[in-house]
Amino acid sequence: MLRASCAAKGAAQSERYEMHGFANPARFLRIARPLTAPLLLVGLALAGIALAWGLFCAPAERLQGDTVRIIFLHVPAAWLGMGGWMAIAASSLVELVWRHPLANVVARAVAVPGAVFTAICLATGSIWGRPAWGTWWVWDGRLTSMLVLLFLYFGYIALSGAVSREGASSRIAAVFGLVGAVNIPIIHYSVLWWNSLHQPPSITMGQSAIAPAFLWPLLLATLGFSLIFGGVVLARMRALLAEIQAEARLRRKATGA
Amino acid sequence: MREALDHWTFVTAAYAVGVIGTLALVAWSWLAMRRAERKRDAARGEGKPRR
Repeated sequence: MLRASCAAKGAAQSERYEMHGFANPARFLRIARPLTAPLLLVGLALAGIALAWGLFCAPAERLQGDTVRIIFLHVPAAWLGMGGWMAIAASSLVELVWRHPLANVVARAVAVPGAVFTAICLATGSIWGRPAWGTWWVWDGRLTSMLVLLFLYFGYIALSGAVSREGASSRIAAVFGLVGAVNIPIIHYSVLWWNSLHQPPSITMGQSAIAPAFLWPLLLATLGFSLIFGGVVLARMRALLAEIQAEARLRRKATGA
Repeated sequence: MREALDHWTFVTAAYAVGVIGTLALVAWSWLAMRRAERKRDAARGEGKPRR
């Protein structure tokens, strides 16, 4: 019985070490270095083509006129703002459960681009709202929960920065990242739960209510901005790892080790 | 009463916010990464930190 328990414990430990092997910073950097620039360049090219397609080739919409072209920026930004927090929540869970050494770095790297795309989503939505709804802003479920997401990002950036500066446990920020994920289904279902000026989802699992003339440039823009997001996350991870490594090296030099 | 709004003004403003925000994010992340890696290499004694 004891032997079986020890064997199980040993297997779990070796599995953990094996998983941590993938989190080896040197191994991560070997993968991240050749990927960062291509992700950014291909993402910028695809997003540029999609935005030009949306601006100059897509037709004006019957009811919304030319303002419909804002969709090619607004929707990818919303998707990345929400997806970014899901990545923070997933990394936080991995950190809390498996103590994966890179999980905290991933979450911190995602926070800034997530906040930027949430801000872009709010700004472009507000600009779109003026001609479409006759108002820049309304305190309804969708807009307010998206604004709450932006504040959650600010809170996470401040908290994780303070935790890293003061040398406190990164699990504090991980708990915040996990709890903040409660807001994601609220954002998603807000247009169904409450009366809103915002339209309900146009794209659901395997179905789309968007005409192909708008759908294809929208999908291309989403792919392009997602690649940019991936490239920025890798760049931020490399920067955070380099800062940690430089600090460790300087500390070792200072202690004469 | 219906307001006569020029749609292209709003489209241009939204694209300016989105494109400038994205390019600023990419440039800032790239430069911060290069700066941090130079600093690390200097700490290792592989190069000099540049300002």
